[in-house]
Amino acid sequence: MKILTTDHLTREFGGVIAVNDVNFSVEQGLVTGLIGPNGAGKTTLFNQITGVDKPTRGTITFDGKDITGLPAWKVSRLGIARTFQNIRLYKELTVVENVMMGLHFKVGKDPFHGRFLQAVKSYVFAQRENREMYERAMEWLHFFGIESHAQDFARSLPYGMQRELEIARALAADPKLLFLDEPAAGMNPAETAHLMDVVDKIRSLGVTVVLIEHDMKLVMNICDQITVLNFGTKIAEGTPQAIKQNKDVIEAYLGKEEE
Amino acid sequence: MATLTLYIQYIVNGLTLGAIYSLIALGYTMVYGILKFINFAHGDILMVGAFIGLVVYQALLGTSASPVWMVAAFFIAMIVSMVLCALLGMFIERVAYKPLRNANRLAPLLSAIGVSFILSNGAAWIFGTQSRRFPYPFDNTPITFFGISITPHQILMLVVSISMMLLLAFFVNKTKMGKAMRATSLDQPTSALMGINVNRVISLTFAIGSALAAVGGILAAFDFRVYPSMGTMTGLKAFVAAVIGGIGSIPGAMIGGILLGILEAVGAPLLHIPNGLKDTVAFAVLIIVLLLRPEGILGKNEREKV
Repeated sequence: MKILTTDHLTREFGGVIAVNDVNFSVEQGLVTGLIGPNGAGKTTLFNQITGVDKPTRGTITFDGKDITGLPAWKVSRLGIARTFQNIRLYKELTVVENVMMGLHFKVGKDPFHGRFLQAVKSYVFAQRENREMYERAMEWLHFFGIESHAQDFARSLPYGMQRELEIARALAADPKLLFLDEPAAGMNPAETAHLMDVVDKIRSLGVTVVLIEHDMKLVMNICDQITVLNFGTKIAEGTPQAIKQNKDVIEAYLGKEEE
Repeated sequence: MATLTLYIQYIVNGLTLGAIYSLIALGYTMVYGILKFINFAHGDILMVGAFIGLVVYQALLGTSASPVWMVAAFFIAMIVSMVLCALLGMFIERVAYKPLRNANRLAPLLSAIGVSFILSNGAAWIFGTQSRRFPYPFDNTPITFFGISITPHQILMLVVSISMMLLLAFFVNKTKMGKAMRATSLDQPTSALMGINVNRVISLTFAIGSALAAVGGILAAFDFRVYPSMGTMTGLKAFVAAVIGGIGSIPGAMIGGILLGILEAVGAPLLHIPNGLKDTVAFAVLIIVLLLRPEGILGKNEREKV
């Protein structure tokens, strides 16, 4: 079953077509890799889907609903979470507080959207709710094996851990679909290996994952499906084995072979 | 002994005036905390608040003049003014600042100055430029104990300001929306990804700041009378208070306002500054704070900012 599909999705910036007529789809429960040379439009595609930016043309369907052009906060409440290429943590908050922010709209009710009585209840039980959030946040830190850093400031963590913390916070929001934008960028081999375990564990939780990554070893190892973009256009999709042998993909990465 | 009593009297006077600076300073500091921009129209909101309060109050008094009704009418007028100013603040943000959110930092600042002119000249157009008295809703005979006198008006100023500040502190620290506000002030795009409707948080910030300014304007009106440019000096001083406390910090604005009020009330007689030059004290304090601690008393590592 497809959990997400984009239909003729196009994003133009002035004269530049960053994403060109892309039909991208994600199978539920699998890890999908999105690869392509620099400037291929991978992050732009992520931005359109997660509501950070609005597409010029085309539609995005998530879980049977049309989410084209919705603002980021609505998309996130529908169950799409993401991380960024450049880490976006609340640097002045502690590690556990960051994860608690991910839980913000999951525990208790938002006074503006929930029913009034539930909103009142969430004030009355604020103490209990905070404790519940704290415990759930700690569970996520445990899942990633960074619980010993719970009380440290997010900015003081080593780089690899900051990335994992960002993933933990995204997962805390209990998403159906998780987008990871270059999760292994800047990681050392040990950190990358740990990340691969983490992605495996996330898949076993039943969360669908889409990741942009340049580390081919990682992509080929953990992805079930791969989509390749080049100059904003989809040039291939399929299993890692099929992608490895695809002529267009090899050409996009290595250039055309001289006859 | 006599001078000690006198200075305690000054401090009491300063405290009540300072509480009003705090109320108004909160609006500057909350908006700055979230949008990193100084809303220079904020002072004029307090003027609009005072006018609305006065008009509603006088209209209500027309029906009856019993002492209880006068006090009730005053509070009704205050609440009406708060609601209307909150709406006005949200409207101004929508029309004058939101379209400029991604523009150069100077653009919304200029827009704010434009809004300030529109409000003060609009008020002059509707109400004329002469100042009006805001009548006390009660007998304002001072109460004296140990040689220090305090008027019922001053007690009202303190009680209302402090309860408003406690309410705000509760809202910001204990409610979900308050938490969303604090998160937004830390990082807007990230907060949007946490499911926080950033536009709504910004609207709400303007609504709360403007409602507090309306209260400040009405409370100040007893002393300063009501006129179209009344917001300029009071607003400027509240801004100074926000900077002294550490702009962006809510407790900072509260402390800065009260501190400024007291320094002003004590400083002028202490340094023998003639009445006409009294305002220099506030700005001298500002210069000293900016030289010694540019981030303000609670600036920088303050994590509770909004």
